[in-house]
Amino acid sequence: MDLLTNLAILVLAAFVGFEVISKVPNTLHTPLMSGTNAIHGIVVLGGLLVIGPADGFLEDVLLVIAIAFGTINVVGGFLVTDRMLGMFKSKPAEPPKEEEPQA
Amino acid sequence: MSRHDVITLLYIVAFSLFIAGLHMLRGPRTAVRGNQVAAVGMAIAVVATLIDQRIGDWGLIAIGLVVGTAVGVPSARSVRMTAMPQMVALFNGVGGGAVALISVVEYREALENGGVNPDLDVLIPTLLAAIIGSISFWGSIIAFLKLQETIKGAFRIPRQVNAGLAAFAVAIAFVVAAGTESEALFWLMLVVAGVLGLCAVLPIGGADMPVVISSLNAFTGLSAAAAGLALDNTALIVAGMLVGASGSILTKQMAEAMNRSIGNVFFSGLGAGGPAAAAVEGGTVRSTSAADVAIQLSYARLVVVVPGYGMAVAQAQRAVADLAAELERRGVEVLYGIHPVAGRMPGHMNVLLAEADVPYDQLKEMDDINGEFARTDVALVIGANDVTNPAARTITDSPIYGMPILDVDKAGSIIVLKRSMSSGFAGIDNPLFYDPKTALLFGDAKASVGEILSELHNV
Repeated sequence: MDLLTNLAILVLAAFVGFEVISKVPNTLHTPLMSGTNAIHGIVVLGGLLVIGPADGFLEDVLLVIAIAFGTINVVGGFLVTDRMLGMFKSKPAEPPKEEEPQA
Repeated sequence: MSRHDVITLLYIVAFSLFIAGLHMLRGPRTAVRGNQVAAVGMAIAVVATLIDQRIGDWGLIAIGLVVGTAVGVPSARSVRMTAMPQMVALFNGVGGGAVALISVVEYREALENGGVNPDLDVLIPTLLAAIIGSISFWGSIIAFLKLQETIKGAFRIPRQVNAGLAAFAVAIAFVVAAGTESEALFWLMLVVAGVLGLCAVLPIGGADMPVVISSLNAFTGLSAAAAGLALDNTALIVAGMLVGASGSILTKQMAEAMNRSIGNVFFSGLGAGGPAAAAVEGGTVRSTSAADVAIQLSYARLVVVVPGYGMAVAQAQRAVADLAAELERRGVEVLYGIHPVAGRMPGHMNVLLAEADVPYDQLKEMDDINGEFARTDVALVIGANDVTNPAARTITDSPIYGMPILDVDKAGSIIVLKRSMSSGFAGIDNPLFYDPKTALLFGDAKASVGEILSELHNV
C-alpha cells in the first residue's frame, strides 16, 4: 500500500482512539493505561518482520533485543492489567452502580 | 487468496479486537474481558506475522520471544501493586526501545537497498519512529528510576536546553532525509533524542508523574505507528495510533485535573514556597491522638476518606480498608474521595484500594464527592496534601491557584494523617492544616490507621 493510504488509516485510527477513550471513569485509568501500554507492544511485529532480511551480527543482536523488549511489553502489559482488573469488584450484597447520593 | 491477503485479513481481525477490547475497558464489569479480547487480538497479530514470507531466522526469533516471555511473565506476576507505576513505566520504555532498535536496522537496510536515493516514504517514518522511540525509552527509564526513588531530589533544566535538543534532533533528521547517507548521523540523532528524553523527565517529580507516565505511553504508541508506516504494516499503524490517541486524551485529562497545560508540566517545575507559604505563617496546628480520632469516627454518620501518595508509600491501603469495614459495621457510612491526580499514575489510588477489596462503588470521583463534604462529619485525609489545599481556591498568587481540589475544608471536622509538617510536592504550605476544624495525627500512615482501629475496638 502507498504512504497516503497508510496515512488515511493512521488518521482514522487516531479518531477511533480519541472516541473510544473519552469518558472513562477515573477508577479505570490505571488499567486502561496499562492495557493500551500492552497494545503498543505490537512493535514486536516490526522486529519479527525485519529480522529475516537483516544481515550481520550487529543487526541480529539489535533485533533479538527488540523482539525481547516487545515481548516483555506485550506479555507483561496484559498480565499486569489482568491482575489489576481482577481486584476491582463490587460488594456482592449491594445493587451495583449506585450513583445517587442518599442524602 | 494469497498469503499476503490472509495476513491482511488476520490483521483486520486483530485490530478490530483491539478496538473492541479498549471499548470494554471503559466499564468495570466488562474490563477484564476487554483486556483478554485485546490479548487475543495480539496473539492473532503475532501469528499472522509469523506466516509472512519475509520471516526468517527462526532461531533468533525464538530466542527473542523466549527471553521476553521469561522476563515479562515473572515480573508482571510478582510486582506489588504499590510498585505498579514503575512497572508501567518500564514496560513503556522497552516498547519505545524496541521501536528505536528496529528503526536503526530499517535505516541500515534502506541504505543498502536505496543507494543514493533512499525511499522517502520509508525514510521519513523511520526517522520519526527513531526519535520518538528513543525519547520514550530514555524518558521511561528516568521515570522508572524516579518512581523507584533511585533518583531523588529536584533537578532544574532550563526549557531552552530541551528546545535546543529537540531542534537538534529534528535538524539531523532533515539532513539524513535530504540524502546524507551516514549511519553515524542516525546514531547521533538517537543519542540526542535520548538525552532529550532524559532532560525532559528528570526535573519532573511527584504529583506530575501521572501526566508523565501517560504521555510516555502515548509517545511509544506514536513511535509504533510511525514504524508501521515505515514497514507498511497495517496492524502496527492502527494499534500504535490507537494508543497514541488514547494516551494523548488521558494525558490531557490528567493535566486538566491539575489546571495546567501539558507544556507547563514538562517545561516548568512548580515554584517553591513563595507568597502562599507566607499567607498562613503564624498559624498553629492542633495535633490529636489515635484514641480521640477513634471516638470522633465512631460517632460520625458519614466519613470521607481522602487518600494520597502518603497512603501508597506507607502501604496503608489494607489497614484503611479494615478501618472502614469496622466503621461500617458500626453503622457509619464510609466513602472515598479520589482526586484524579492523587498518587503517581492515573487511577493509582483506585488500584491500591481495589487491591484491599474496597468495593469500587465507594470510590467517588472529585465531582461526585465534593457535594458530599457539606454533610460529611469527618474527613479523614491520609497522606494527601496538595489536592486538598484550599489555597487553590482562594489565594490567587499561589502556584496551584485554579487547580480543582477536593473541598475537604467544607466537612464538619477534618483529621489529617501526616508523617511530619513538611509541605507537599508542590512545596506550598496548606492552610487546611491551620484550620480550627482540623486536627493532625502525626506518624506513619499504616501505623496510625492501625492504632485508630485498635482504639476503635475499645470505644
